[in-house]
Amino acid sequence: MILTRRKALQVGAAGAGGLLLSGCDALNDSAPFKDGLANVGRLHELTQRAIIGDSLAREFTEADMSPVFKANGSLRVADPAYRALLTGGFGQWALRVDGLVHRPLALPLTALQAMPQRTQITRHDCVEGWSAIGKWQGPQLGAILSAAGLMPAARYAVFHCADQLEGKPFYESIDLIEAFHPQTILAWRMNDAPLTEPHGAPIRLRVERQLGYKHAKYVMRIELRESLAGLYGGKGGFWEDNRGYQWWAGI
Amino acid sequence: MDSAETVPESQSPLRGGDLVRRHGGVTRLWHWTNALCILVMLMSGLMILNAHPRLYWGHYGSDHDEAWLVLAAMEDTAFPGWMTIPSDYSLADARLWHFAFAWLLVLAFTGYLIWGLVRGHIRRRLHITRAEWSPRHILHDIGEHARLRFPTGAAALDYNVLQKLAYGGVLFVLIPAIILSGLAMAPALDAAWPWLVDLFGGRQSARSIHFIAAMGLVLFFVAHIVMVVLAGPINEVRSMLTGWYRLPRGKEDAA
Repeated sequence: MILTRRKALQVGAAGAGGLLLSGCDALNDSAPFKDGLANVGRLHELTQRAIIGDSLAREFTEADMSPVFKANGSLRVADPAYRALLTGGFGQWALRVDGLVHRPLALPLTALQAMPQRTQITRHDCVEGWSAIGKWQGPQLGAILSAAGLMPAARYAVFHCADQLEGKPFYESIDLIEAFHPQTILAWRMNDAPLTEPHGAPIRLRVERQLGYKHAKYVMRIELRESLAGLYGGKGGFWEDNRGYQWWAGI
Repeated sequence: MDSAETVPESQSPLRGGDLVRRHGGVTRLWHWTNALCILVMLMSGLMILNAHPRLYWGHYGSDHDEAWLVLAAMEDTAFPGWMTIPSDYSLADARLWHFAFAWLLVLAFTGYLIWGLVRGHIRRRLHITRAEWSPRHILHDIGEHARLRFPTGAAALDYNVLQKLAYGGVLFVLIPAIILSGLAMAPALDAAWPWLVDLFGGRQSARSIHFIAAMGLVLFFVAHIVMVVLAGPINEVRSMLTGWYRLPRGKEDAA
């Protein structure tokens, strides 16, 4: 009696475990279920938006910095045009700002360097779980967007990048609240040296209240848009389109 | 709904073999909701940990920094598919599960905690008296557990000091720690509430404590299941499903 009960329990537990696992995978493959999960997850965006206001990410001191700042994502850009610019120290390069702006801009690196600079030592949080603390310097994105003059319909800043992953152009996007946040800068300097290729030369977006995958490297062009629909996969970024990461990367 | 304490008005004192109302509806609802959340969040959490299976103390930590725990080399998988949601590697999908069930976990937990404190349920069931705190009493209970001698009759209705410590530890230490350390890993919330991440001494410390608290819950879960099986799994599970519990018979209850 006891043996059969124990046996039954064992079979039951194994069966329940197996059912649970295959059930979870079946649910994970179901688009409506995953949409449901994503919609519940969107509550994080709504509540965090309400909570964070214009708060600043913590800024650290030089003593707090990571000895080695890990680079990941694209580490090298294959595009020949980019390689030529890199070889020339980006002397021939200009950042384009276009889309829903009154004055499309083409800003050479020297122009970005001549603008008022912000330097910040911040913690970079990768979606994978690791963190690194580094020092970043560059002009505020808000000042650049103001110089371009946003049209009223503009709602998103899209960052078009020189690198490709899996044969697809890399891009990312943020809304105007994050774009005009004082710590959102286009960094051309990192840890007191010009940005290196693994870290996104010539400029990398710093959007300090978001996870690392939003911090687009190799930014070539900033496009102001009303909507993210119709652009590549329509979800606002390479990782969002191709891996299913959330567009809101505050968590 | 708190019928857990109300013993049916019976003509005679309770004795082994009597069927009594053990768990109220609120407790039962929260128990199973919480069990589901913990299981889903554990399994999706292990998948998230697969993305970077190293743990650090302090504000920062990555491949080049000293880890206090290395669960796998970076190119290896720390947790196999049968332990994770989903079973094939997907950090993005695991995050969807983890962050959706986080809402259910937090709302159910907060609701239960407020209900339990306001209604006095938690105090009545989990308050550890001065006598129970005495080392002699605790050692005695440990000894009884080790010899698998469990209370019978009406005495089985009250939690012993080890149960109180275990349930109190889950309610007041492990679950709050896992929720707060989880929130402390969110960069947006760290900007809004710097005290949150300071509570843990940095984001990587929060991540480590999140893992340690999760392992604490696993430990609780294992002990909990073992005790349920030893105490009579059908009677125990029934009491958490229907509320009805048959008091264990002692020698004196022998028919």
